[in-house]
Amino acid sequence: MSETAVTPPMDVKRWWPAPMLPETDGRQFTLLFVLTVLCLLASLSVIGALAAGRAANGWQAQLVGSATVVVRATDKESADAAAARAAETLAGVKGVTEARALERDKAEALVKPFLGPDPLPADLPVPRLVAVELDKKTPAGAAALQAALKSAGVDATVDDHSLWTRQIMNAGALAGWVAGGLFATIVAAAAALIAFATRQGLATRNELVMVLHLAGATDAFIARQFQARFGRMAFFAGFWGGALAAAAGAALRLYAHGQTVAALLPVERTDLFAPLPCPFVAALIAAVTARLTAEGALRRMP
Amino acid sequence: MRYGREPEVLKDVGFSLPRGSFHFLMGASGSGKSTLLKLIYLAERASRGRVELFGRDVAQVKPKDRPFLRRRIGVIFQEFKLLDHLSAFDNAALALRVLGQKPTSYRQDVAELLSWVGLSHRMHAMPQALSGGEKQRLAIARAVIHRPDILLADEPTGNVDFAMSLRILRLFSELNRMGATVLIASHDEELVARSGKPVLHLENGRLTRYDGVSRPPAPPPAGATGEAGL
Repeated sequence: MSETAVTPPMDVKRWWPAPMLPETDGRQFTLLFVLTVLCLLASLSVIGALAAGRAANGWQAQLVGSATVVVRATDKESADAAAARAAETLAGVKGVTEARALERDKAEALVKPFLGPDPLPADLPVPRLVAVELDKKTPAGAAALQAALKSAGVDATVDDHSLWTRQIMNAGALAGWVAGGLFATIVAAAAALIAFATRQGLATRNELVMVLHLAGATDAFIARQFQARFGRMAFFAGFWGGALAAAAGAALRLYAHGQTVAALLPVERTDLFAPLPCPFVAALIAAVTARLTAEGALRRMP
Repeated sequence: MRYGREPEVLKDVGFSLPRGSFHFLMGASGSGKSTLLKLIYLAERASRGRVELFGRDVAQVKPKDRPFLRRRIGVIFQEFKLLDHLSAFDNAALALRVLGQKPTSYRQDVAELLSWVGLSHRMHAMPQALSGGEKQRLAIARAVIHRPDILLADEPTGNVDFAMSLRILRLFSELNRMGATVLIASHDEELVARSGKPVLHLENGRLTRYDGVSRPPAPPPAGATGEAGL
């Protein structure tokens, strides 16, 4: 280029500083891609945790709001009569909204998986069941139901589903912990990735860092450049990762309707908004990590 | 001053530059000129001896305070060290940007300075597109945009013809008239002779000529690296 080469005149009043770090290159695209995938996984884990929690709560609510009473025949009373009397007795207990004796064919249907499809002998003593609906706010306890039956002289066993409720609560809590652990692992992986990229950036831009230092830049000024670069990148990654996760959730709602997966993960429309904070959270994590990593590395420089 | 286990690059160097002075630092290649400048602009630390800047012993300056000392120094590197991803305008504005000033407050100053060094027509050219002389003038603009108290230049005329060297010399003289202390490392004897400015001469890491500077009261003990003060 000769000394006399001329470039078009510049409008100084419209000048604004260019980014201090060089613009993106291939490595940055790879980093953006990996961050987007991590944000997608993090958003999916949040949506999954919300849906799993909802499923567990739903099942638990169903179990807590009802009880089942197994009524056995006695020498003095047939099973049907005992079941009818048990239902009448239980309907009067405080905290019970409805008690209904199930017909013999329904009781037989429950044992069919164990005894086979053939008709059961008429004299087989199949216990009768009484389905009890409990008040949602002040449900009657198993002990109160058992006491009422005992005082009425009915030979019966009350199952308030507490065993299942406990297991579902445990499963729900476990799902929450797994989702939380997955989320934390993804966040840690993203932070490690940003820290690595920041150290790489400082190493490959050694001359830039030196020139800035000699121009009087503080470590904080240089670290801010990396903070801004990676924060901005993580924001975009969070946006796309969150959007993809929301799209996946919407697809699950749309195409898995009525299937087992929809019962296990009942994604609601509101869950699709859960990834909304993702860009901001990702940007914050990246910015803080880049800032701390850069400042630490710069402090160790001569 | 020594690098690792290598022999001492500078030894028994003691002088104090008066404020507002203009000196050439001369010597053959490998005599220690660049190392001496690096000690002054805080790119190296003396292995022994003492360097004072603005009345402060730089060894005692805390790392967090070093940037504030560096802001009072303008440096023109032998190989320019322009930032290739930034335009000439952005390069020239670097020191002001580092100071945290708003672009609206300094962009006119940058444009005027670039005009002053003859680069008004190359403001948004990238460094790769500039000639050696243009790069040199851009490096000068970047070094003086924040009006440093000390201007250090390492072989600033090494890549340009004699006419351009004289033009650059006039720029330095102008900056010196505006109050900056100027120290230029050069081995261009003709240019130095034409300037008529005092000379410090380095030979095998020792100062052998002290024009216009105060020398240390007594020779430093054997093996000491000496001292420099500004």
